[in-house]
Amino acid sequence: MGSHVITLDPQVPPGPLEMKWDRRRFSGHLVSPANKRRIKIIVVGTGLAGASAASTLGQLGYQVECFCFHDSPRRAHSIAAQGGINAAKNYQDDGDSVARLFYDTIKGGDFRSREANVYRLAQISTQIIDQCVALGVPFAREYGGQLANRSFGGVQVSRTFYCRGQTGQQLLLGAYSALCWQIERGQVTMRPRTEMLDVIVVDGHARGIVVRDLVTGRLSAHTAHAVVLATGGYSNVYYLSTNASGCNVTATYRAWKQGAAFANPSFTQIHPTAIPPVGVHQAKLTLMSESLRNDGRLWVPVSPSDRRPPNEIPPSERDYFLERRYPRFGNLVPRDVASRAVKAICDEGRGVGPGGQGVYLDFSDVIRQQGIDVVRERYGNLFEMYERITGENAYEVPMRIYPAPHYTMGGLWVDYNLMSTIPGLFVIGEANFADHGANRLGASSLMQGLADGYFILPYTIGHYLATVHSPPIPEDHRASRAALERVEVRLKKLVQAKGRQRTAASFHRALGKILWDYCGMSRCAAGLRRALEAIPSLREEFWRDVVVPGSGEAFNQELEYAGRVADFLEFAELMCHDALHREESCGAHFREEYQTEEGEPRRDDEQFAYVAAWEYREGETPVLHKEPLNFEFVQPTARSYQ
Amino acid sequence: MKFTLRIWRQRGPNERGGFVTYPVDDVSSDMSFLEMLDALNQRLIVAGEDPVAFEHDCREGICGSCSLVIDGVPHGPDRGVTTCQLYMRRFVDGATITIEPWRAKAFPIIKDLVVDRRALDRIMQAGGYISVNTGGAVDANTLLIGKEEAETAMDAASCIGCGACVAACKNASAMLFVAAKVSHLALLPQGKPERTRRVMAMVRAMEREGFGSCGNQYECEAVCPKQISVRFIALLNREYLRASLTETRLSTRSDSSHGESY
Repeated sequence: MGSHVITLDPQVPPGPLEMKWDRRRFSGHLVSPANKRRIKIIVVGTGLAGASAASTLGQLGYQVECFCFHDSPRRAHSIAAQGGINAAKNYQDDGDSVARLFYDTIKGGDFRSREANVYRLAQISTQIIDQCVALGVPFAREYGGQLANRSFGGVQVSRTFYCRGQTGQQLLLGAYSALCWQIERGQVTMRPRTEMLDVIVVDGHARGIVVRDLVTGRLSAHTAHAVVLATGGYSNVYYLSTNASGCNVTATYRAWKQGAAFANPSFTQIHPTAIPPVGVHQAKLTLMSESLRNDGRLWVPVSPSDRRPPNEIPPSERDYFLERRYPRFGNLVPRDVASRAVKAICDEGRGVGPGGQGVYLDFSDVIRQQGIDVVRERYGNLFEMYERITGENAYEVPMRIYPAPHYTMGGLWVDYNLMSTIPGLFVIGEANFADHGANRLGASSLMQGLADGYFILPYTIGHYLATVHSPPIPEDHRASRAALERVEVRLKKLVQAKGRQRTAASFHRALGKILWDYCGMSRCAAGLRRALEAIPSLREEFWRDVVVPGSGEAFNQELEYAGRVADFLEFAELMCHDALHREESCGAHFREEYQTEEGEPRRDDEQFAYVAAWEYREGETPVLHKEPLNFEFVQPTARSYQ
Repeated sequence: MKFTLRIWRQRGPNERGGFVTYPVDDVSSDMSFLEMLDALNQRLIVAGEDPVAFEHDCREGICGSCSLVIDGVPHGPDRGVTTCQLYMRRFVDGATITIEPWRAKAFPIIKDLVVDRRALDRIMQAGGYISVNTGGAVDANTLLIGKEEAETAMDAASCIGCGACVAACKNASAMLFVAAKVSHLALLPQGKPERTRRVMAMVRAMEREGFGSCGNQYECEAVCPKQISVRFIALLNREYLRASLTETRLSTRSDSSHGESY
């Protein structure tokens, strides 16, 4: 949209940090109950953020139309989060507080997030646990009946609430059940197996979406007073990741093309503990929860040539490299730090297992000290999953783990009210960029998704709706027709017969390799430039050679997939531009040129203490806009875990 | 490894389906079952044929998308796993493997191995929730819940809604699915106020959707990837009986459809 001018006004309320959210809630206008009934809101996505938002908006009395591409809203990938959810409850009385959760999250994000947002997240965290318990989430309990906690990386208190290794599942089922209630009440109309393919912008405001019915292939426009995207992250741009196969960037990417700024796209989290890949047939990487690092110790043999089975290597000939390099946090350093350390070890040729791509995660000490039953109770399902995939019993031999793309801190830019640069387009959960800076701490994504959906968006969207004038628009408005046409043209191009025959998956795999090599765990200018040359030519080949069987007017999984790959092939370039321009190392973004002699990242607050928000320009290089990050309450320091 | 796959192909809900045989070779024992199907589909696409439609998403056994009947058994020969967690090392080299969709009246086929499971969502919408508003919840530690109780509720709550229990049952009954949800909420104090209404509404919805009745054969438990126990069906029956008595009593007193716990 050439006419759209991007301005980044973060809309942070003035005053002390503790008062900002209260002030916003009080200063915000309200929509009267009678008017809510006449207002329609579209919610796209039914993960933690989408389901909690849709159900809460329905409960408030809005008419909600909710979309997901799965057969059921319960299947969104939040369901696979294993470890837990953070909250500053301080039930353990171990020194936790809202201020400490705030500080840990800001520091964990390497001082690249907005203070006011993070503080609000820490404040709301306690309410989330209360809400989830009220909905029947069966959190782990102590014998006395109180809630249990565990520890996670990057912190020194125990504040993580959990349901065995299935916390995401239980939280999502809680939000899904709330959504079911609102569907039953007629407040929410649920449209499963429907994929969003474009945004409808009328007079500069988001007023609807274009969707494809995945069963019939029919395209349709849906209009509303506001649109909420809760469409998750884009780790699948790397082809192999811990994400579900359906996860994609399409919704946020197409919103970007309509004028929503994309923030920090290169901030992608590579999780340290996934099961190492074994072959080209591999379709995904399986995560082993970070909670395992509570009790498991990472090590490799001191000598690279040591090929003895792990149990025969005496302790003196093992290098517990995280404990050695980071004595204060040991195995519980944040994810980015752990992943880089694992990569460094493997790059030195000291990795274990096939191809030297792996390090040991060893439970023998805790088994000896606390007994196998304790370990089984804590992690039983993870050990089973590990054995099924690798055929090895981790109670007897150490697990082997290797980093895998897992979560994306980058996302559509939003202000304090979670609204993007397109008025009326709100973005929540992993799909936005807001709270995790350059690195997310474990057990914080569930917290953020639910904070956005249950507690923040329902307030802030009300203020927007109360103050905006939205004249009714017909579903065949010219903006709708234009959006429909954009979608149609692209789909037609995909199913056209091609000369050569190459599958979308083979292009996706090739793209993933480019990104993993040049825009993965460590990046350098030369590599990123190489990627920026390779991606456009791969994309050209894709449009020339990709073969998509069948037609667009039917159930066609390959067409859905090819469309997502096509978007990844464009989006990858944006990631590389962002990574190239940021000439510093911060959080998950590690630039080889900017490191200390010990190999620790060197951040540059003088030049890069800002959010990089990119604007789409057709046929041109994306344009950079900067939102400066002002630290009024914490002093950015070197982020040391040593 | 090499296999002969007999796969159910069906173009649409109202078309006639049938088995088509595909030889596959170059299968690695480290491949998952779905990765083997991915490889077959890549071959079919390049050959200009229609790939086999099947559902999958998380590929780690938790989303409940994957849904194949493998040699007559939902989710295949291993206990306590979903299809996506099944690895080819489990099969004998050279075997013929038959792959079918979930078969139940309440799960119409969309294409090939993909079925419509919205009936399960509609059962949940009938009452599978605690109706509390967002905001205003009391502090989470106000409710003390014994560890045993919480663990048992979690056992029931771990249902992934895949529908294997229905596919395994000769009556296509959804009793284990309904039992898991009813039990999860009935075991927790938060779920008690609505337990009467919930069980009645969910059982009625189940019947309305065309699921059969329970024949106590326990195939459902045998194929459940989360190994949810049939003891929860007993608990469901108890809840249902209790609710039937309570509801009768209530209806003589008032017209309230939202029966409270007595």
